[in-house]
Amino acid sequence: MKGNSYFARKLHSLLGIIPLGGFIVVHGLANYQAFERGPEGFAKGVGLINGLPLLPLLEVVMIYLPLLFHGIYGLYVAYQSNSNTGRFKYGRNWAFTAQRITGVITFVFVFWHVYQTRLQVYMGKITHEELGSTMHHIASSPVFFALYVIGVLAAVFHFSNGLWAFLISWGITIGPKAQRVSSYICMGVFVIVSALFILSLVAFRGDEFNEVASAAIALLGNIG
Amino acid sequence: MAETTAATKTVKFIISRQDTPESKPYTEEFEIPYRPNMNVISGLMEIQRNPLKADGTKTSPVCWDSNCLEEVCGACSMVINGKPRQACSALVDKLEQPIRLEPMRTFPVVRDLVINRERMFGALKKVKAWIPIDGTYDLGPGPRMAETKRQWAYELSKCMTCGVCLESCPNVNDRNSFIGPAAISQVRLFNAHPTGEMNKEERLEALMTDGGIEGCGNSQNCVRSCPKGIPLTTSIAAMNKDTTKHLFKKWLGM
Repeated sequence: MKGNSYFARKLHSLLGIIPLGGFIVVHGLANYQAFERGPEGFAKGVGLINGLPLLPLLEVVMIYLPLLFHGIYGLYVAYQSNSNTGRFKYGRNWAFTAQRITGVITFVFVFWHVYQTRLQVYMGKITHEELGSTMHHIASSPVFFALYVIGVLAAVFHFSNGLWAFLISWGITIGPKAQRVSSYICMGVFVIVSALFILSLVAFRGDEFNEVASAAIALLGNIG
Repeated sequence: MAETTAATKTVKFIISRQDTPESKPYTEEFEIPYRPNMNVISGLMEIQRNPLKADGTKTSPVCWDSNCLEEVCGACSMVINGKPRQACSALVDKLEQPIRLEPMRTFPVVRDLVINRERMFGALKKVKAWIPIDGTYDLGPGPRMAETKRQWAYELSKCMTCGVCLESCPNVNDRNSFIGPAAISQVRLFNAHPTGEMNKEERLEALMTDGGIEGCGNSQNCVRSCPKGIPLTTSIAAMNKDTTKHLFKKWLGM
């Protein structure tokens, strides 16, 4: 790596929480509307996000660029580490290795998921109103459902454990007690955010999302 | 019969050997007579006196490094039954047999169990782990250190540059330029000293370069492995705080 790796690593740590960590939480809450309020609630959430001003610019600056930097530099960070969990069987050492493995899984998952959803909208194959039915088709397939659960758990673990490490890397939690307390809080974050995503995946399997889909297809058929 | 077996009680060693820095490592087994209160060093001394392998064939004596024999110099660090530690304080009675000895391969192996820890001394030079008071005239007495501060700083001063924290760290390897936990903790020690504090920015800036504090991945193996119980992860987090503050102060021109 050219330049000073201190700044690159610091930026990598910051971007993982702001904006990417924040985005995961907002995304989880928006998806949860599918579980709490059904297709209308989810459509409202999607509509709210799509109603933001300067959306393409926000997406590029707040999501795609941070994601690319964090992802690609993260692969380099993972390449630079060994795993010695065989010799040092400590919880934190397992988390160190898991952070790198889940990072790579998340990297692949996020590309695939963005292709299946957001890029389809950009390519004009679906509209953002049809995202609910797109998700219904994905979640209804047992293989895709399992892969999504793995991808979501990896991403949320990576975020929660990364939050714990962020607090150390920026000098916020210093002593062992502060780090222990923050590890409990981050574990709580992992459980809650994972639940948001998994419950919404379960909700997407419901037939009501399919009905919306057929209604939309019928509507398109009428227009066509 | 029971008395005979007790009289011929032995200690088994499986030792990883390497003839030159470039040659391939191989293992040899040794079985030496047991004596009460043996440590790994006295076992190695016995092999040196009588270099016979367990099968009775002759071999060259095993090379190792040791000095103080009371766990304060760090020279005899090696991997004993999978864990890096000092051979002098590794008591045979408390070890599972056969006792497996390996060099700490994070460092270049010179021969058998002897390693070259030069990179650690290089790291201390990089972070300027000293207090510059040498000059052509008497600088007079320095500022006093508070007793409460001296007490925790003393814990950091116990570091003997043994290399166990680097051996346990997953980020100290040949793909990574990380200097390791020991030198970061020394920055905290010298920056805590009332006279050393006068040059604290120099040490922080050294930590803010390639292979500096950014190399820490928070596996926290170091603090669990340190034979002197130095709070290495607390030192790293404290230096994270100080380097972050220094970064913003520099950006804002303060």
